[in-house]
Amino acid sequence: MTELIVPLLAATVQSGTPVLFATLGEMFTEKGGILNLGVEGMMSVAAFAAFVTAYMTGSPWLGFIAGGIAGMLMATLHGIVCISCLGNQVVSGLALTILGVGLTKFLGTPYIGMAAPGFDKFAFPLLSDIPVLGNIFFRHDALVYVSFIIPVLFWFFFRRTSLGMAITATGEYPQAAAAAGLKPVRLRYLAVGVGGFLVGLGGAYLSLAYTHLWTNGLSGGRGWIAVALVIFAFWRPGRAVIGAYLFGGVMAFQLRLQASGTNLPSSLLLMLPYALTIIVLVFSAFRGRGTEAPAALGTNIEPEG
Amino acid sequence: MNRFLKMFALAACAVMLVALAACSGGEKAEEKPAEKTEAAAPAEEAKPIKAGFVYVSPIGDAGYSYAHDQGRKAVAEMDGVETSFVESVMEGADSERVIRNMANDGFDIIFATSFGYMDPMKRVAKEFPDTAFMHCSGFKTAENMSNYFGRMYQARYLTGLVAGSMTKSNEIGYVAAFPIPEVIRGINAFTLGVKEVNPEAQVRVVWTKTWYDPALEKDAAVALLDKGCDVIAQHQDSPGPQEAAQERGVYSVGYNSDMSGFAPKAHLTAAIWNWAPLYTEAVQQVKDGNWKGNQSLWVGMDKGVVDIAPLGDMVPEDVKKMVEEKKAELAKGNDIVFVGPIKNQKGEVVLEEGKKADDGQLLGMNYFIEGVVGNTE
Repeated sequence: MTELIVPLLAATVQSGTPVLFATLGEMFTEKGGILNLGVEGMMSVAAFAAFVTAYMTGSPWLGFIAGGIAGMLMATLHGIVCISCLGNQVVSGLALTILGVGLTKFLGTPYIGMAAPGFDKFAFPLLSDIPVLGNIFFRHDALVYVSFIIPVLFWFFFRRTSLGMAITATGEYPQAAAAAGLKPVRLRYLAVGVGGFLVGLGGAYLSLAYTHLWTNGLSGGRGWIAVALVIFAFWRPGRAVIGAYLFGGVMAFQLRLQASGTNLPSSLLLMLPYALTIIVLVFSAFRGRGTEAPAALGTNIEPEG
Repeated sequence: MNRFLKMFALAACAVMLVALAACSGGEKAEEKPAEKTEAAAPAEEAKPIKAGFVYVSPIGDAGYSYAHDQGRKAVAEMDGVETSFVESVMEGADSERVIRNMANDGFDIIFATSFGYMDPMKRVAKEFPDTAFMHCSGFKTAENMSNYFGRMYQARYLTGLVAGSMTKSNEIGYVAAFPIPEVIRGINAFTLGVKEVNPEAQVRVVWTKTWYDPALEKDAAVALLDKGCDVIAQHQDSPGPQEAAQERGVYSVGYNSDMSGFAPKAHLTAAIWNWAPLYTEAVQQVKDGNWKGNQSLWVGMDKGVVDIAPLGDMVPEDVKKMVEEKKAELAKGNDIVFVGPIKNQKGEVVLEEGKKADDGQLLGMNYFIEGVVGNTE
C-alpha cells in the first residue's frame, strides 16, 4: 500500500507547490484589503521572466528572483490603479490577467521549446532518511523546501510583528488605522508588492522546476485556483497549505487512476481538480459566511474631505 | 469625475507603454518569417519557383513545425527554387490572410501544414487557379489543391518493437494527446509492435487532452512511472515525458522529431516526420509542369515521409537488426502493421487472420486493441 501512496503524496507536494506560492501571495495582498484577480496573468509573466533570466544568465536562482520581481511589478500596476487612482479592484485585476497572459504569449513565443537551467531534485540531507515522510517531503527540488518555510514566516509576520498587524489593520479598517497614525496607502502598496512577489515565485516554479522548458500557457489556470483557495483557507496560511496540497493531490490522483486502467472517462477525471475547487468553495462559503475575510477587502481608501 | 479622469489617464499611459514595449519586441520577431533563402543558382535562365510554407507553431528546436521546416530546407537547396515561411499562424481567418498574401506575392506552390488551414486554403485556391496548393492532414481538395499526410503508424509500430524489446517490467506507458483516430491508431500500432516481440507486455495509456503542456505531460509520465512502467512513449510535442523518463533512469520514445537532445540517456528512438522527399517531389512537379490537384496523398515509409530516429546506444545489436529488417519491409511498400488476427480490448476479433486493414478502417479507428490498458473516452 505504501508503494502506491508514497509516490502519490510526493507528486501531490510537487503539483501543490506552485499553487501554494500563489495562494500565499494572494492572501498577503488581501490581508491589506486589496483584491487582486490578476494572479493568473502575474504568474504567466513571472514564469516567462524567470525562464528568460535563467536562460540568459545560466542561474536558476537569479531566474527565481526575477520571477518574483516580475510578479511584484505587475502587482504594482494593480496598486497604482486601485490604491492611487481608486479604480475598481475587480476590473483592474481582470485586466491584469488579460494583459499578463497576452504579454507572455507575445514575448514568449520565440522561446517555445527552448530549455533553461532549472532546479533539479535532490534528497535533503538527513531529513530525507526519515521513513515515509522523507520520501514524501524531502526528495524534491530546492524551491519546494523554500515553500515549506514561507507559510511559517507568513504566520509569524502577521501574528508577531507590528508591521504585519499594521497591514491587517489596514485590511480591516483603514480609517481607524489612519487615525492610529498608520499610513494605509503605503501599507497597502507593501501588501500588494510582497503578495505579487510571492505569486511571482509560484510562476517561476512552473518554468524552472516543474519543467525546464518554455511554452505558452504554463500557468494553466493555476492562478484562478489560488484565488479560490484563499477563500477556502479563511486567510490563514496553514489552511492554504492544506488547500494547495488538496488540489495537487487530486491532480496527481486522477493521472494515477488513468494509469491503473480505470474505465472512467478521462474527460471526467481531468475535470476533477477543478470540480473539487468549486465544491470546496461552496462548502467554505457556508462555513465561513464571509466573516473571515478582511473587512475592508475590495474597498478603496477614500481620501479625506 | 476628476478621479475617474486621473485613473483613465494613468491606465492609458500604462497600456501605451506596454504596447510600445511590445512593438519594439515585435519587429524583431517579424524579421524571421520574412527571411528568404536564396537559391543556389542565381544565373538560372527562368525565374525561380517560389515555394511558401505556413506553420501553426513556432519552429523552435523540435516538434511538429520543426519537422516541416526541415522539409522546407531541403526544398530551398533545389536549383532555381526560393522558399519562404510564416510561423505561428493561427488557424482560421488569420491563416487565410497569410495564404492569400503568399498567393498575391506570386508563390507557385504553398504548403499549409495544419488541419485548421483546410477551409481557408480552399477559399484562396478558388481565387488563384494558377497556384498549386498543398494542405497537410485534411480531406478537402480542389482543381488546384491536394492534400497530404503520412502513415505515422508505420513508424509507431517500429518504435513499439524497440520498446517491447527494452522493457523489463513489461509495463509500457503512453502519454496520449486527444482520443482521435490519428492518436488511437498510433497507440494501437505501437502496441502491435510491442506485442510482436514481447507478448507479455502491456501498454498503459494516460490522456492529457493537450498537444503541448510540458508540466501536465510530465506529470502524466510520472504517474505511469509510479505505476511501474519502464518505457514511456508520447504523442504530444513537448519533451516533458522524456524529461520524466530521464530523471527516473528509464527509457523513452519520442515523437515528431528526434528528441534525444532532451533526454540523451533515456531516448531509445522517436517516430519522426521526414517531409523532404514529399516536398521536393511536389516542387519538382510544379517546376516540370506536371503537378496535379485533387490528389489525396497518404504516404508512408515507402516514400520516406515517416521514419524513426537513430536508435540509442543502449539498444542491443540484435534488436537494431530486427528493426532494420522490418523497416526495410515497410520501405518496400509492404504494409505489415495492421494485419490480422487483431482483437479489441474485449478479446473480439476485429480483423481476421491474414487480412489487412484498409484505409477506411485505419482512418476511422476509434477502439483500442488487446494489450492496451485504458479507454478511448
